[in-house]
Amino acid sequence: MRVLIRGAGVAGLALAHELAIRGARITVMDPRRSLAETASWFAGGMLAPYCERESSEQLVQDLGLGAADWWDKALPGLVTEAGTLVVTLPRDHSELDRFAARTTDSVSLGADEISTLEPDLRGRFGRALYFKREAHLEPRVALRRLRRKLAGMGVTFQNATGGRPAPAHDVSADCTGIARAASDPNLRGVRGEMLILRTRDISLSRPVRLLHPRFPLYVVPRADHHFMIGATMIETDWAGPMTARSMMELLNAAYSLHPAFGEAEIVETGAGVRPAYPDNLPRVEGDGTTIRVNGFYRHGFLLAPAMAQRAADMILPPFYPGVLNETHR
Amino acid sequence: MLTVYDTQLASRLFLGTAQYPSPAALVDAVRASATSVVTVSLRREAAGGNAGGQFWSLIRSLGVSVLPNTAGCHSVKEAVTTAKMAREVFGTGWIKLEVIGNHDTLQPDVFGLVEAARILCQEGFSVFPYTTEDLVVAERLLDAGCRVLMPWCAPIGSAKGPRNRDALRSLRGHFPEIPLIVDAGLGRPSHAAAVMELGFDAVLLNTAVAKAGDPAAMAAAFAKAVEAGRQAFHAGLLEPRDMAVPSTPLIGKAVFA
Repeated sequence: MRVLIRGAGVAGLALAHELAIRGARITVMDPRRSLAETASWFAGGMLAPYCERESSEQLVQDLGLGAADWWDKALPGLVTEAGTLVVTLPRDHSELDRFAARTTDSVSLGADEISTLEPDLRGRFGRALYFKREAHLEPRVALRRLRRKLAGMGVTFQNATGGRPAPAHDVSADCTGIARAASDPNLRGVRGEMLILRTRDISLSRPVRLLHPRFPLYVVPRADHHFMIGATMIETDWAGPMTARSMMELLNAAYSLHPAFGEAEIVETGAGVRPAYPDNLPRVEGDGTTIRVNGFYRHGFLLAPAMAQRAADMILPPFYPGVLNETHR
Repeated sequence: MLTVYDTQLASRLFLGTAQYPSPAALVDAVRASATSVVTVSLRREAAGGNAGGQFWSLIRSLGVSVLPNTAGCHSVKEAVTTAKMAREVFGTGWIKLEVIGNHDTLQPDVFGLVEAARILCQEGFSVFPYTTEDLVVAERLLDAGCRVLMPWCAPIGSAKGPRNRDALRSLRGHFPEIPLIVDAGLGRPSHAAAVMELGFDAVLLNTAVAKAGDPAAMAAAFAKAVEAGRQAFHAGLLEPRDMAVPSTPLIGKAVFA
């Protein structure tokens, strides 16, 4: 089975991996010169199916529950299983109650428990929600490692701008994300802006979400004292640079989380356009020979594994080594 | 029927379009509420001058009147510019005028509001000013040319319901002919019913519906509450008394004992 995958963002790469382990011969084509041009590059990398339920349908949670295991199996050592901490400023405590009411699987923490989990937040928050069974990963590391692993598994990567024709294939999978919007009127872009700060003054062990009635934000710790601060949600497919207002809101929120962020270096600002369908739910569509995987919205790394499995099931029946061995014995 | 700026509206519930879990959820809520008017924020979704693209097409496709707003504007100049942009994008002279005075509470800057309202009214806009419940500011806005007022009943998104009923009642009493639409601060259907019982002409909601567990169901609940409050206002409410009054006369007891 020869499969052509268009799009080398998280959707395309996850599908390539899922198909490669099932024995397909795969070519991944992408017109972009670098992974840094994909929306996935700007992702937070939170594998937080329970937290996401606050503003998403149950389906997102259900699809996302297996994500951490999938990534851990595909790229051992990538995933950090440290849960998610959700905090709020004292005057917004009702936001915390609201969040708790809309989600499951959290425990309520007091000041002491918060400082046990995150010593640097000692004394800053009197209450928090802790989603113990959530995880996070570094999206850029994940994309690079996955690409390298796939190349090692014999997957061919082809730059689509070279004018070279697509190789012969039995099935093609469109994982082009927002680029597909040009031919699918149902797909729209939702802009997300993020920034990366670097400071040695504070360290965190897990993503922290700061609830605010207007500017909910999260801070994800990354290697080498880096922190990813995200992310805005703006209904536009404009991919230009971050606006001053968004920057101010993100920095303001980071500063409220901990004043040490005020002294941090701004390493990078970025914006990506996420593809979404009107219900903000992902889709796998098509017949056996042409399929489309899209609409991951703000849940790329959370949903890519489950969607890759579904798409792969359409293309190839699942391969169960144990079952085959028994029948053939 | 409610008439604002010579336009008749079947519904007395205005719905905001921000913060829904998805555009599909927004469409469902608009349908369930049977609203005649939706408000839309121009500024927030206009990053890069790329006019909201698909999202705005969706708003236009809802088949209801669009009331663009100047949410996020902190100065007269910004608000006036945004209003003009909205007129181009949506082809309407309606503008819900917000001039924010306090970034944190989103409390209107009533001085800038009056000034911006005067400019926009002179330029032919139909201005729906988002104001406080202050009577004198209301008078100034009417002097500036507004023919609708949109007082808050509590800060935006606070879900606290009517905080100052006396002032709201006083507004209604002073401006019997002006459409008064309560904008901001409503959290539950009972809040909407309460201000409608006071005789307000309509309410505008966003967060209470968009952030509900089931936005469409909450939109329908608000629609009923608005209707109930309006009907109750017309039916003539019984004013509270300080003593119990039996609805059936008690036979065999001394009445004035």
